[in-house]
Amino acid sequence: MEKLLEVKDLHVTFKTYGGTVQAVRGVDFSLNKGETLAIVGESGCGKSVTVNAVMRLIPSPPGEISNGSIMFKGQELTKKSEKEMRAIRGVDISMIFQDPMTALNPTLTIGTQLMEGLKQHQNITGKAAKKKALEMMDLVGIPNPEERLKQYPHQFSGGMRQRIVIAIALICEPELLIADEPTTALDVTIQAQILELFGKIQEATGVAIILITHDLGVVAKIADRIAVMYAGKIIETGTKREIFYKSEHPYTQGLLKSVPRLDTEGEKLTPIDGTPPDLFSPPQGCPFTARCPFAMEVCDKVYPANTALSDSHSVDCWLQDERAKQLLAATAAK
Amino acid sequence: MLRYILKRMLIMIATLWIIVTLTFILMVSIPGSPFNSERASNETVQANLEAHYNLDEPYYVQYLLYIKSIVTFDFGPSIKKPDQSVNDLLGRGFPISAELGIVTILVAVLSGVTLGVFAALRHNGIIDYFAMGFAVLGISIPNFILATLLIQQLAVNLSIFPVATWSSPAHMVLPTLALATGPMAIIARLTRSTMLEVLTQDYIKMARAKGLSPWKIIIKHALRNALMPVVTIMGTLLASILTGTFVIEEIFAIPGMGKYFVESINQRDYPVIMGTTVFYSTFLIIMLFLVDVAYGILDPRIKAGRKGGK
Repeated sequence: MEKLLEVKDLHVTFKTYGGTVQAVRGVDFSLNKGETLAIVGESGCGKSVTVNAVMRLIPSPPGEISNGSIMFKGQELTKKSEKEMRAIRGVDISMIFQDPMTALNPTLTIGTQLMEGLKQHQNITGKAAKKKALEMMDLVGIPNPEERLKQYPHQFSGGMRQRIVIAIALICEPELLIADEPTTALDVTIQAQILELFGKIQEATGVAIILITHDLGVVAKIADRIAVMYAGKIIETGTKREIFYKSEHPYTQGLLKSVPRLDTEGEKLTPIDGTPPDLFSPPQGCPFTARCPFAMEVCDKVYPANTALSDSHSVDCWLQDERAKQLLAATAAK
Repeated sequence: MLRYILKRMLIMIATLWIIVTLTFILMVSIPGSPFNSERASNETVQANLEAHYNLDEPYYVQYLLYIKSIVTFDFGPSIKKPDQSVNDLLGRGFPISAELGIVTILVAVLSGVTLGVFAALRHNGIIDYFAMGFAVLGISIPNFILATLLIQQLAVNLSIFPVATWSSPAHMVLPTLALATGPMAIIARLTRSTMLEVLTQDYIKMARAKGLSPWKIIIKHALRNALMPVVTIMGTLLASILTGTFVIEEIFAIPGMGKYFVESINQRDYPVIMGTTVFYSTFLIIMLFLVDVAYGILDPRIKAGRKGGK
């Protein structure tokens, strides 16, 4: 399969009065054409910052991509000028935001907002742009598109607005769609519809999707692969199956245990105790040490190496080290 | 929309009636009359004059006559300048006052918005500090002080602009500057703060994610939303510019309406007081109405609210 996006050793920092926040601390991941990658993790772990860095939408100052490379279709995005990036945004890479209530400009009609990206990037007549806009409205499932184009965002419901945001993102036929928590602000039935829409769109256009979420239910539905992020690092990555059934990192296991299930009635949820580390001064070792039930002395001091468990599954954890395995076997024997 | 306008018209008429009645009450409660100046005149002559202008009638008759003059928009001749009708005075003064007012508003809005936008874009930079420092000065210095300073420096000392009167574009510079600085400063500060707020909105980020150019984002997406509060305070600013013209016209000896307004009150020239008050209030009320309409055009959500909501 052809690689569309490859991110290597990405570091993003924010300079504030209180000090420098190391929001993303060496993230590696890649994405193939037409694939869906989900990045999961709790609030503040650097998911959004990572994808905003891919779009080069990190506000600078205070933010800065301090290290690493972002290769998109063989082009190094970190080296692009702002002007070159503008030709990529919306055309090759598009983005969907969390809250459809605020992502649309309240004073412009849907039609204007839908067509302006098209008019910006393509030499297109008004008539052709409108035709394309109607097609997109149809694709995302908005009835009466002709009439709806002339309306304003406040005349649409939340779910409809998110459909429009998706239509705007897709109108220039990008190869990569970044969806930053696209269903978090919607109610559950609408969530399901929007997720279905993602599947349908991927089938119709072959777009690759990076989905950011903290909702594992969403992930289970549409992701091909999953990357679990914690304190600015990807600590485990694998196919959906590997993460859900064979996860090796204690944090991933903790996440899965904290999801409510319908088939285990009356049981209490198991939360992960504690809070993530302060990213002003992130720990030297594994950032999960303080909350980890299997923490060892080494965890606090040295960051674990990345261990490949299969072609697609890898994890950053000292438990994968041979010595740790021997130790576990020894204590089990006692 | 038509129903809305009709409703507004009724409210406007009611507002006008309240203003007119209050003015009448205030007018008759100020001691003195047009005829008791230092030059004491014969009592019979005074009584005759009062009878001529219906001032010997009971207040309710005077009030009704007064309402009649407003409805027919014929205020009769001025008492102090019997050879001129009030309508003549208004017809002569208004175009000049309007010119000053319109130029002032244009200067205030255009420069205020520009200053505010640049201050917001260079947030906490040199341009921002300079613009906001300028704005604080503009808000703090009363227009009559600024007017005298401008006359002294630019007209008397440097002789760049004429000192007073109103006859060429060069004459317009100083009065407009003096009158526009205050409103401009208010608009600049407001634009800056709302612009800063709007620039952090998701739809601005979305516009950037579409790959639009920075200027397109600012003008098409940000400015329109940032101008909403500016339009809201336009009503108040219009009123303050209007009262400002009284003072500025006096200082620069501009033969506008403001002069007649102040003069007429000092001289108890009842028909002129009535005429100018009614004229000014009608003008302001219509302006406020236009501001509301502009608000609806800028923000589609407000228009929908008027139709009873959708």
